[in-house]
Amino acid sequence: MGRFLLRRLLFAALLVAAASSSALVLTRLAPGDVTTDLGPGARPEEVRQLRERFDLDRGIAGHWALWMGRAVRFDFGESYLYNQPVRGLVARAAVNTGILALSALVVATLCGIGLGVVTGWPASGRWVDWLRALSLLSLSVPPLVTSLVLVMIAARTGWFPVGGMTSTSAAALTWTSWLADTSWHLVVPALALALPIAATFERLQAQSLSEVAGETYLVAASARGVPAADVRWRHAWPASWRPLCGVFGMAVGSLLSGSFVVEHVTAWPGLGRLMYEALRARDIYLVAGCAASGALFLAVGSLIGDLMLASVDPRVTENEG
Amino acid sequence: MRRFGLALLVVVALAAVGAPWLSPNPPDRRFPELLYAPPTPVRIVAGGLTAPFIYKHRLVSRLERRFDDDTGHPVVLRWLSRDGFVTADPDAGAPLLLLGADAFGRDLFSRLLQASRVTLALALVATLGATLLGVLLGAVAGYAGGRIDGALMRVSEFLLVLPAVYVVLALRAALPLVVEPSTTFLALACIFTVFGWPLVAKGVRGIVASEREREYVHAARALGAGPARILLTHIVPSVRGHVAAQATLLLPAFILAEATMSYIGFGFPDRMPTWGTLLQDAANVSMLSEAPWTLAPAGAIFVVVLGVNLVLQRSGRVPVQ
Repeated sequence: MGRFLLRRLLFAALLVAAASSSALVLTRLAPGDVTTDLGPGARPEEVRQLRERFDLDRGIAGHWALWMGRAVRFDFGESYLYNQPVRGLVARAAVNTGILALSALVVATLCGIGLGVVTGWPASGRWVDWLRALSLLSLSVPPLVTSLVLVMIAARTGWFPVGGMTSTSAAALTWTSWLADTSWHLVVPALALALPIAATFERLQAQSLSEVAGETYLVAASARGVPAADVRWRHAWPASWRPLCGVFGMAVGSLLSGSFVVEHVTAWPGLGRLMYEALRARDIYLVAGCAASGALFLAVGSLIGDLMLASVDPRVTENEG
Repeated sequence: MRRFGLALLVVVALAAVGAPWLSPNPPDRRFPELLYAPPTPVRIVAGGLTAPFIYKHRLVSRLERRFDDDTGHPVVLRWLSRDGFVTADPDAGAPLLLLGADAFGRDLFSRLLQASRVTLALALVATLGATLLGVLLGAVAGYAGGRIDGALMRVSEFLLVLPAVYVVLALRAALPLVVEPSTTFLALACIFTVFGWPLVAKGVRGIVASEREREYVHAARALGAGPARILLTHIVPSVRGHVAAQATLLLPAFILAEATMSYIGFGFPDRMPTWGTLLQDAANVSMLSEAPWTLAPAGAIFVVVLGVNLVLQRSGRVPVQ
């Protein structure tokens, strides 16, 4: 177990380093830099100063080494766009994305797995067919489509706010009303993000449960007089966890990808929007910082997924040695 | 259900192929009186049953963009004329707007048809590229084994774990922000290919690695066949089913990727109608609630994804997000 954990942690560190480094190098290689923003009429003196401030006057390798050296000490440089240290900017955005992704994941897990246990069990009623059709439909609406449709519904009905994370007056609010306000704003983006993932979970859960359903130990349990609900939830369900835990790590990747789009449509101030702004402005340190924290998300997510898989199926760690 | 899914995909493909003929209006023609005009319903009842006709839109208030039907002037639809499959009378200011008009008063249905050609062509080219590259690299990895196998699989695992949108975004950002449509097409196709091959390669590698040890391969080798011949004529045919399924999954993923990129302004330029650039009209929340028909491209994406999911339903695969 220790070696397994170590290997995974090493992979996580490598992922973060590789993602942020390649973001840095790609931004350097891209035509134009932060000084493009000054326009063609900028004084050469000004351009030179700005380049110096962001170390753009160095070679790519030297620049990378300098940035890496600072980054391991958690100094991610400054943002040109916001004129602030990147660390604080990225941390705030990452928290916002985390709130969105986590609530979507919770909703997706609860709905998806709950429904999956219902639809995967043999001999259920006719409405199970409707649930299956519903899940197939939600599987087919990517977050881009869902978020646009939900925003339209929210705008037409006025039931939910159409964008942003808090109302403009939120700064004056107390802690509890801030929470209420944010969760109110959270409904549309989280739902848009959760829907396809919930459907994926439902399909997987239903499939793995129906594979388990024929096992003899369930028949034995029934014969012993175990109530039907206990057979389903306490005997069959835990045995069907393995394939689900396998995709849990991957779900984090699609959550991140999905949240990018959803943040864009619903103006959620998260990592995706920050990265987008940074890329547009060629704000090099902000790009690298966003890439690093995105990769961190991913690494943590797949680590948790791996740990869950290992706890459900100990063979995983043994195989990896 | 499978057949229904197939039918959906065929309809979309036919609509894209026959776009110039099926469009009721030229996709770039502006009707200055009809900005954001709602869809014109096709009627067949006027007193009694008649040939299909529409009522001309009459602008009631330009500021509020309110229209009503000019019931005094029914315009009978012309079928199979020189202008296309079905048209009304665009020159008299009564165009057939099946999906309403956009911000410039252009026929959204015709533009959607036109756009589907670009979007679907890009997705097809990228799918073809990713499939070919995936089969090639997967087959090499599976057949060669050892170090080549290890290296290729590490790379593909790394690519698979990354959240697609961010990587595509970063790669796209490495190009100038504004480029020609043809350059965009090529660039996006290449990026999608690079990103899509691991999905194909993983399965192909597994199949090839196990097929390599089968008797028929040993027999071929004993008969003096070289590795290229063994791979191409003997082993590759056995991966056809897997490759077909993966390619069907890649297609909607690429369609969605194009839409996302163009929607956020990193894809095709605005003047080029694609599903993504058309969706930009829906980005305006206040217009979105008044003119929900601007969501039509999202509907088109949904139809394609649903079609693919229905086709692949039985194979029990989890679609790519």
